[in-house]
Parts: sequence; C-alpha cells; structure tokens
Amino acid sequence: MRYSWSFVLRRFGQLLLVVWAAATLNFFIPKLTPRNPLREKLLAEATRSGYIAPGFEEMVQAYETKFGLDRPLWQQYLTYLGDVVRGDLGYSIANYPKTVWELILEGLPWTIGLLLTTTLLAFLIGSLLGALMAWPKASHWFRYILPSLLIFGAIPAYVIALTLIYFVAFRWKLVPLGGGYSIGSTPSLTMSFILDVLHHSILPALALVLAGAGGWAIGMRGMMVTVQGEDYMTFAEAKGLKEWRLFLKYGVRNALLPQVTSLALALSFIVSGSVLVELVMGYPGLGTLLARSINQLDYFMIYGIVFVIVVAIAVTMFIMDMIYPLLDPRISYERH
Amino acid sequence: MNQLLSILQYLRRNKSLALGLGILVFLTLFTVVGLQFIDRKVDPYPLAAPASIPPTLSYCPRTEPDCPNPKAYPFGTDAQGRDLFAVAVTGTWMTLQIGFLAGGIGLVVGTFLGFTSAFYGGLYDAVIRLSVDVLLTVPGLLVLVVIASSLGDKNITVTGMGLIISLLAWRGPARVIRSQVLSMRERSYVMMARLNGMSNMAIIFKEMMPNLLPYLGASLVSAVTSAIFASMGLAALGLGPLREPTLGVTIYWVINQSAFLRGLWWWGAVPITIVALVFVMLFLISIGLDELANPRVRRAR
Repeated sequence: MRYSWSFVLRRFGQLLLVVWAAATLNFFIPKLTPRNPLREKLLAEATRSGYIAPGFEEMVQAYETKFGLDRPLWQQYLTYLGDVVRGDLGYSIANYPKTVWELILEGLPWTIGLLLTTTLLAFLIGSLLGALMAWPKASHWFRYILPSLLIFGAIPAYVIALTLIYFVAFRWKLVPLGGGYSIGSTPSLTMSFILDVLHHSILPALALVLAGAGGWAIGMRGMMVTVQGEDYMTFAEAKGLKEWRLFLKYGVRNALLPQVTSLALALSFIVSGSVLVELVMGYPGLGTLLARSINQLDYFMIYGIVFVIVVAIAVTMFIMDMIYPLLDPRISYERH
Repeated sequence: MNQLLSILQYLRRNKSLALGLGILVFLTLFTVVGLQFIDRKVDPYPLAAPASIPPTLSYCPRTEPDCPNPKAYPFGTDAQGRDLFAVAVTGTWMTLQIGFLAGGIGLVVGTFLGFTSAFYGGLYDAVIRLSVDVLLTVPGLLVLVVIASSLGDKNITVTGMGLIISLLAWRGPARVIRSQVLSMRERSYVMMARLNGMSNMAIIFKEMMPNLLPYLGASLVSAVTSAIFASMGLAALGLGPLREPTLGVTIYWVINQSAFLRGLWWWGAVPITIVALVFVMLFLISIGLDELANPRVRRAR
C-alpha cells in the first residue's frame, strides 16, 4: 500500500467539494440574475413567429414547481441537489421536451472520443520529440523542430483550426469543411461510417495535437536531462546496452512518469481548447452544443453542460491521482 | 545610461525576452502609428467602408474606375464594411486592454491573498489553499461562460469583459506568490532582518518585494495570457462585447459569417495573424522572465 487512507479520504473530500460547489453555483447564479429565461424564451418565440411550441405551458408549469417560489429557499436548494445527484438536470428550453441530460449524452461520445485521441497523441508525440531533443546522440534536426512546435503551442487551438480549415479543407479540399459525418449518412457501426467519422475528425484532431504537443515536449526535455544525470543511466551505459534500449527503457520510461501528473493538471485547459475547436468545426460534441445553447439562450442547457464537464474533469483527476502511485514507485502520498 | 547599457547587454543574452519585447514594441508602434491614419470612432465599425474589398492601396468605386483620390484599405474590409486595418489597430489595443485589466486585478488580488495566506497560516491559509487548488482544476473558461451568459448583457463593454474575466484571474498569482513567500520566510536574510527587529511591513517591502519582482512579472504575464485566452474563448462562443472590434469578436464574426467559405481570406487572416503574434509575444516574454527568475535553470546546451 503506497498511500495512506487519510490521503485517499482527503482527496475524495476535495472531489465532493468540487461537485457540490459546481452544483451550488448552478443553483444560485440564476437566482442572482434578474433574468427569467423562460419569459425571455416566450418573448423570443412570440417576436419570431407568434408560434409557441406545444407543451410549452406545461414546461413553464414544471419550471415553476421545480424552482417553486412557494417553498423556502433551503428546501428548493436541497431538492435541487437531490435532483442533480439523480442526474436530473432539467429540460432544455430550446428543445423541449428533451431533457438536458439526453442532449448531453448525444454529444458526449464525440467529445470524449476527440479528447482522448488528441490528448494521448499530443502527449506521446510531444514527449517523444522532447525526449529526442534531450538525447545527445539523436539527429540534430530535432533541435530545430522545437521552436516551431512551441509557436504552435502558444496559439489557441481553435485559431489553428480556423487556419487549417482555410488551407486544408477549403483550398486543397483534402478533408470535409466541418461536421462529424457526411450529411445524409446515418450513424451506424458500419466500416464506411467509421471511416467517414475519422475523415471528419482529422482536422479538429490535427489542430488540437499541434496546439498541445509543444508543452509536453518542453516538460519531457527537462525531465530527460535530469534522468540522464542519474546513476542507473550511467550504469546501464556501462553495461553496454543498445542505444535504443537505453533511450526507451531507461530514459523515456523514467522521464515519462512525472509527465503523467501534469496530464491531469492540463486536462481542464485541454477541454477548454477542444470545446472551442468543436465549435469552429461544427463537430457534433459538447462544444458545438454549448455554442448553440448560448445562441438560443437555453440556460438550463448551458448550466448542465458546464456542470457535467466540470464533474467529469474532477472525477478523472481523482482517478489519475489514485492510479499514479501504483505506476511510479518513487511517488508516495504519505504525509507531506 | 549605464543601466540602459547593462539591460541591453542582458537582452543580448536572453534572446526570448528580447524577441518578446521586440514584438511588444512593434505592436505598440503599429497601434500608435495606425491611429494617425484612422478615425477610431468610425472606421472599425460596420458601414465605414464598402463591403468585402480585398486588400488594396488604391480603391475606387466601380462606377468611377479612375477617381482622383483613391482610398487605401491595406488589410481589406469585411462583409459588414469594417475597415480591417482600423479593426487591427483598435482591436489589438482593446484585446490587450482586457488582458491587462483582468491580469492586473488578478495579480493584485492574488498577491494579497498569497502574502496573507503565507504569513497568517492556520485556518485562513487552509481555506485559501483549498480554494486555489480546487479552482485551478476547473476549466476557467466554462465557469466564465456560466457567469457571462447569466449576465446576458448583449452590449457588454471592453471594461466589463475585463472585470468578468478577473473573477478567476487571481488563482495563478495567489499560488505562485504564496509558495515563494513561504520559501523566503525561511531564508537567512529574512531571519536576520527579523532578529534585527525590523517590522513585518518593512521586511515585506524592503527584503521580500525586490526578490519577488521577477515572480510578480512572470505571474502578471501568465495571468494576462490566460485572460486574453479566456476573452477570446468567450467571444468565440458569442459572449464577447459584440459591438466592439476586439480580436476575439472579429474572429467570432469570421466564424459566424463563414468568411473563409466565401473566399474572404483577408478577413480571417488579419485577426489570426495578430492573435498569433500576441500569444507568441506573451509566451516569449514568459520564457524570458523565467530565465531571469531562475538563472540556474539555464537551458540545457
């Protein structure tokens, strides 16, 4: 057992705190603003066409009872927290009678797929390049890659995505201009559809990897320099091991582990970046959903999406913190 | 004079800082000189010029092909008739304003919290540390989305934008300054000062502040960077000051009006180029300050 139970409990408490704070924010912010989203929606509908979606009255009713002003605030608050725990985030105003949770579930797989692939790719490519830069016997032109990588790393991913759209999609017509799959194709688990999805994902993924790889390269290079000064490296070299074995098994392996901690910390920044890339590309994930909800003044949707993302990140970080000491014998979470 | 010389000599050694400051000087000059050629109140706004003109130095309306005094639109104009040169001049300045306002507030508040937290310790310190730790793990942009969309002010000003973003800008500085002050308190020169009976205030301002300066600078730069990133992200989602020609809002229109698909490449190229310059500048300055703060962490040569 490499970590004490007190650490696990404290860390879990922190996780609960984040979830509670996010839910509380979602409950009180609408209360603090002088706006009534439903009234605004009614107004917007009335000015647009005079058409009011069927069931809208029921929704207003449901809303009134849900946030019923007839009960004291603390009761409303507790009911709300109970709802959140059960996964009930209310109805979407713009797409009634769909619930917020249903709509989030439609976008979630896209976002998670894009995030997982690009984060891993950026991490691996960046770390490998960083390691090669610090390796004295590596080819010299790796030293020249770094500045260009860093410049991409400094620029927000969605700005890179915009530039790529113009050249790769619009001028050279190599990939589709946006979206998650071709218009007219129905999502299914066939080979052709999967290829179609991959084809549509190349551009957003490329933008996110370009924006993300630089940071990993810097961290890895620093770590590699440190590792090379270690005794076990000298010993392994003295044993006359093959160059690539030295590099991978002794160098990269030991330098990579500390990088994993930054992975958890970088997560929220990566998510913000990918939300914006999705919006630029019209990728059918949570980012596009969020932008659309903001345009439609669909407040419950906005709160729901942000809440789910915040909680997902907090849970992921918690899991990574729990796994990390099992991976790296040098780390222990005893009392600091 | 001598001081100037030694600064210049240092900049020759610290190339990233020199290059970053060079871009800053260039952007400043661009703004100052550019302002002489435009009407700040008219040109960067819609209907100031004919719509969708590619970059040109001598524009004549089609009805009058060889007019006596042709107008110059060096960066072209967008589909709503904004002069993009004017947008570049005023928008760059506005975006940096948002960044410096939010970053500055973040630095002041964060430094105050970091200092008091490190000095008083106890429960107060625990609360500050926990809030900073928790807040640093949430995606700031999304929290700001909730706040900005609830305010829902469609005519929000540049200053208002800066104030909203400053709500989360203190996290980074608070963490950095707190840890620096904690490590400094244990150092011998602070101990000596305390034994000599210096007051807490004197210790803070005479002994600690000078040593904290590089860290304060680095914190400011990173706070400004995140603030600009956040302001552009909010703008891209449609929550920016939509009436103003900031860089973020300009990019919002580029996305919203499908500028690229209509072949208006200059409309996107102008803000994208400047945004790239701004972020690369901030990045270079932050690397440079890092080297200034930790001279021992010289790059592995």
